[in-house]
Amino acid sequence: MSDAEVKKPAARGGRNLELPEHLKAYKGVWVFIEHDRGEAHSVSWELLGEGRKLADTLGVSLSGVIMGGPDEPLDAIAKEAYSFGAEACYIVRDPVLKGYRNEPFTKGMTDLVNKYQPEIVLLGATTMGRDLAGSVATTLATGLTADCTELRIDPATRALAATRPTFGGSLLCTIMTLAYRPQMATVRPRVMRMPDSDTSRSGTVIEDSLGMIETDIVTKLLDFIADENSNKVNLAYADIIVSGGKGLKTPDNFKLIWDLAKVLGAEVGATRPVVQSGWVDAERQVGQTGKTVRPKLYIAAGISGAIQHRVGMEGADVIVAINTDANAPIFDFAHHGIVGNAMQVLPVLTDTFREHIAMRSRKAA
Amino acid sequence: MHIVVCIKQVPDSAQIRVHPVTNTIMRQGVPAIVNPYDLFALEEALRLKDKFGGKVTMLCMGPPQAEDALKKCISFGADDAVLVTDRSFAGADTLATSYALAAAVRQLGKEQKVDIVFTGKQTIDGDTAQVGPGIAKRLGLQLLTYVSRIADLDLENDTITVERRAEGGVQVLKTAVPCLITMLEGTNEMRFAPLENMIHAARYPVRKWNKEAAGIEDVTKIGLKGSPTVVSKVFGPTPRAEKALMQSVEDATPRDVSLNVIQKIFTQHPTLERDILAKASV
Ligand SMILES: Cc1cc2nc3c(=O)[nH]c(=O)nc-3n(C[C@H](O)[C@H](O)[C@H](O)COP(=O)(O)OP(=O)(O)OC[C@H]3O[C@@H](n4cnc5c(N)ncnc54)[C@H](O)[C@@H]3O)c2cc1C
Ligand SMILES: Nc1ncnc2c1ncn2[C@@H]1O[C@H](COP(=O)(O)O)[C@@H](O)[C@H]1O
Repeated sequence: MSDAEVKKPAARGGRNLELPEHLKAYKGVWVFIEHDRGEAHSVSWELLGEGRKLADTLGVSLSGVIMGGPDEPLDAIAKEAYSFGAEACYIVRDPVLKGYRNEPFTKGMTDLVNKYQPEIVLLGATTMGRDLAGSVATTLATGLTADCTELRIDPATRALAATRPTFGGSLLCTIMTLAYRPQMATVRPRVMRMPDSDTSRSGTVIEDSLGMIETDIVTKLLDFIADENSNKVNLAYADIIVSGGKGLKTPDNFKLIWDLAKVLGAEVGATRPVVQSGWVDAERQVGQTGKTVRPKLYIAAGISGAIQHRVGMEGADVIVAINTDANAPIFDFAHHGIVGNAMQVLPVLTDTFREHIAMRSRKAA
Repeated sequence: MHIVVCIKQVPDSAQIRVHPVTNTIMRQGVPAIVNPYDLFALEEALRLKDKFGGKVTMLCMGPPQAEDALKKCISFGADDAVLVTDRSFAGADTLATSYALAAAVRQLGKEQKVDIVFTGKQTIDGDTAQVGPGIAKRLGLQLLTYVSRIADLDLENDTITVERRAEGGVQVLKTAVPCLITMLEGTNEMRFAPLENMIHAARYPVRKWNKEAAGIEDVTKIGLKGSPTVVSKVFGPTPRAEKALMQSVEDATPRDVSLNVIQKIFTQHPTLERDILAKASV
């Protein structure tokens, strides 16, 4: 897709698509920095990477927004934000902001936007980011585009051109908010590349207060039950993934995927039909309705490469596909294709990897 | 107790095909269904009704044929159904949709006070998860998204306690009713509709509200006019420049093919080999 192709859409249905004069003052790109129990969510850094490009194209500044309790390491998180490209951080520190709740966070974000008037606000498409984005956009009565896969600036209008899958993932569409500000968008974790960190960079803090007390807030956070295996299946951030599809035919054959994953120290992924057949847990599903992954190596066995699967894994550095059908769509975007029966190839590939690793480890020792 | 469940009629996307050459969507003959995520909301509403009594009203904004989706919900045990349908709603994005649905919920509240509004987690066509939060904000309702379990409902004190899926864990939240809940998928299983319900549903007179009946106050806030987002283009995914480097077990043994692939990926990506050696358990 080239920029020239993005035409300025014509006004339809009597809609005014010109930006009203009073909204032209909105300047700058913001990223909501999500954090939980002292740690920022990587999606925030991925968004700063994208935000940096948008801000540079527009010639404006990039800022992070950090909200949390006084005993949370908000300043350390701000420092990290500078290292990923933010020039400033808006920090709202208040006891009622400890642990995410919709009401105080919506107020905090909405007030900041009204006061400092950014033109673009980006959030992660997580359970927190989506909850907040929908609420803030409605309160501000502005446009919000969910789950974007690409963000650019439209040269003709200087508006945010946000691309996302549509029609069950079979097509993509580009959406713009022309006559309203800010322009808001969410992006799922791992869809954008992690930017390089440079700890020598610094930035400015702008502290703001919330103006809310606990008794103002109806919803109470009684407890947080951390997932037992929260670190066990971290598919989205795995470096190596071995994934299996319906071509493996039986849950028993699917064990070949686990065998290879074990040798490589990899996570196991799967296609939707595999999850629906109950061969593996839903959290292992890769794709549009599963996880987006960006591993260094993705091995796909018995996977046809349908677009809904592809959008979740095509960001992998290396894709190796094993499929009996030389014309399977997966070979259109894999880097290495093996035409063959996965039940025959996988055990041999596993053994060969094992031997190679053993040999190299010995040499290294 | 009065529960309103918002559902959308959507094309069964599992059956949508893209034309391989023209890259256009082949929508002919694709059946319309109740958005699958919304059934978890409906089932949860029906369970609350089983326990506490009261009434479940279905609400949908859509074209006249969306009546079928509402009837389906009646067959599962919902009591009443309203279809908000008017040409002027066409082209609505999530902001305009939440405006129209919020107005309709307010109208329903005039008939009987609404305690809980349910929506699905997201739709399979819009796929935004924005309409639920939007309705809640417009009505000033407490918002509970991604709810995996309703732990307690105390109608005497108008409080509700739920478990909410968050990143890395579950939040236990207690709030006041009225509230809006977006229900997480896989949290319950839709009951079967007995035959007599299906007959009742087929004959059920779904109420149809135009924009006046739905209580729309500001027509500039609905449909295309009320939608800040503009779709500027729709296109198919771009193919990658080069095709995969292909090898076949027809031409070489699986062993040779494996050696070849391993050698290639490790020479092209030396850091990959280092990572694997660091982590691998042989
Ligand atoms: C709204 C929507 C959302 C979706 N979301 C997702 C999603 O998030 N993730 C996802 O994965 N899918 C998703 N899908 C489903 C997607 O369209 C495909 O149906 C699915 O990815 C196909 O899975 P598969 O490749 O395992 O199975 P199939 O399409 O059945 O492909 C099996 C492949 O295995 C090959 N094969 C057969 N035998 C062998 C053998 N012995 N050895 C090697 N290869 C063999 C076949 O040639 C074939 O290419 C979604 C669909 C819709 C409509
Ligand atoms: N046109 C509609 N009519 C009724 N409910 C809707 C409509 N659109 C969305 N919803 C509700 O809002 C939820 C989220 O939708 P979405 O924001 O499109 O992902 C859905 O699961 C439905 O419960």
